[in-house]
Amino acid sequence: MDEQWILARRREALQTRAAMIQAIRQFFLSRDYLEVETPLRVPTQAPEAHIDPVMSEGWFLHTSPELCMKRLLAAGYERIFQFARCFRAGERGNLHIGEFTLLEWYRAGIDYRDMMDECEDLFIHITQALGRGETVTYQGHKIALAGPWERISVRDAFHRYAPLTMEEAIEADRFDEIMVSHIEPHVGLTNPTILYNYPASLAALSRLRQEDPTLAERFELYMGGLEVANAFSELTDRDEQQARFAREQDHRRTRGKPPYPEPERFLAALPSMPESSGIALGVDRLAMIFTDSATIDDVVAFTPEML
Amino acid sequence: MYSASDLRKNLKIQIEGEPYVVTDFQFVKPGKGQALYRCKLKNMVTGSQFDRTFRSGDSFEPANLQEKNMQYLYKEGDQYCFMDNETYEQVYLTEDQVGEASNFLIDNIEAEILFFGSDALGVTLPNFVDLTVTQADPWVKGDTAAGNTKPITVETGYTLNAPSFIEEGEKIRIDTRTGDYSTRVKE
Repeated sequence: MDEQWILARRREALQTRAAMIQAIRQFFLSRDYLEVETPLRVPTQAPEAHIDPVMSEGWFLHTSPELCMKRLLAAGYERIFQFARCFRAGERGNLHIGEFTLLEWYRAGIDYRDMMDECEDLFIHITQALGRGETVTYQGHKIALAGPWERISVRDAFHRYAPLTMEEAIEADRFDEIMVSHIEPHVGLTNPTILYNYPASLAALSRLRQEDPTLAERFELYMGGLEVANAFSELTDRDEQQARFAREQDHRRTRGKPPYPEPERFLAALPSMPESSGIALGVDRLAMIFTDSATIDDVVAFTPEML
Repeated sequence: MYSASDLRKNLKIQIEGEPYVVTDFQFVKPGKGQALYRCKLKNMVTGSQFDRTFRSGDSFEPANLQEKNMQYLYKEGDQYCFMDNETYEQVYLTEDQVGEASNFLIDNIEAEILFFGSDALGVTLPNFVDLTVTQADPWVKGDTAAGNTKPITVETGYTLNAPSFIEEGEKIRIDTRTGDYSTRVKE
């Protein structure tokens, strides 16, 4: 298509996106969060089995600002947030684009349940700032934003929507596939939904449940079937974190992907990091919801294909 | 050899010796999970369809197809006739085999006909074709809001959305892979 025409047609979505970002910034500033900026180009990052980086002269374009933000947290910055451009290799689809925007925020002294509450507050603030009601319509679904939101454990979500249990799905290496085909289409359709307590093996930087260490204090926020955010009660145990990284590095090696240099400075800072919770929210996905867009292409000015 | 990341709509791959075309494709990746490539596949010989989800790491052979450049002649009943300009050999494709390409077929257009052995299976059009607009609401002068669209019809009867400044009798270029308006053609 005429590319200038496509750009012109996106004006309304880009205006909503910009207003949304301003509303988010206002929300965190009003709660005494400090806005920070950390480098996009980094020598190493958290090893994760299924996230692939883009190389940049021997370093990496970060896939998330997590490690740098946690080093700030460990240095006494108790409430921080950042809008970070992130890069992931090989991710392109209606919901994915290789260069995208994550909103990450971290807060000392809370756990993932408090973080769920803070998400509820944030979304109400955004919709008010946009001059919208408390219901947003996304692809035909009327989603009520007022809390409390539906909160379902991952295990219960498998019981409710999937033909096999969470444990069976992991055993058969079908967890992701079942999540995508059986669970995601049903969640967050009438109000935002939180899936919580993921299997420990699927949360490399998360604290485990004290009463059941097979589960991690991780949650995902869904709206209209879209995954919007991922949060943890943060792991602060250095040895445990090192062991988890080693396991993720092994995953990468067995899949023929190069392991990363060990994030030594991050690990060294971890013992000073307070008990805390942190979250990464897909700004592009949230913009899709507030503009009722079916694809991520409609909420960014340029897709890589247009460059 | 293709890998999962090569998958896209209209890719032709071989599974157990049979040629399949990807008719629908979605890249999905949950949470911190693995990349999944959800495909609808259609057997190019029998027409039977099924869904299959591939993972990164999966690989497969390209379908063993031959392509021959031929010219579209005419439609008879539900058969589309194409001719090899060198040998004058003619082949027929059904409506189903031609699929969405029928939206862009104008007489004498050259296209690649796909063969599996001696069976003609389908047609691949050039990525862009230029077609004349046969119906479009007049452009209201002053409607300069960039980004406005309206439905228009082209000479094959195909209807699509185009910028509001497009008028009847003009030629436009259409991307045959997506069916979308691409640009206005100035002659």
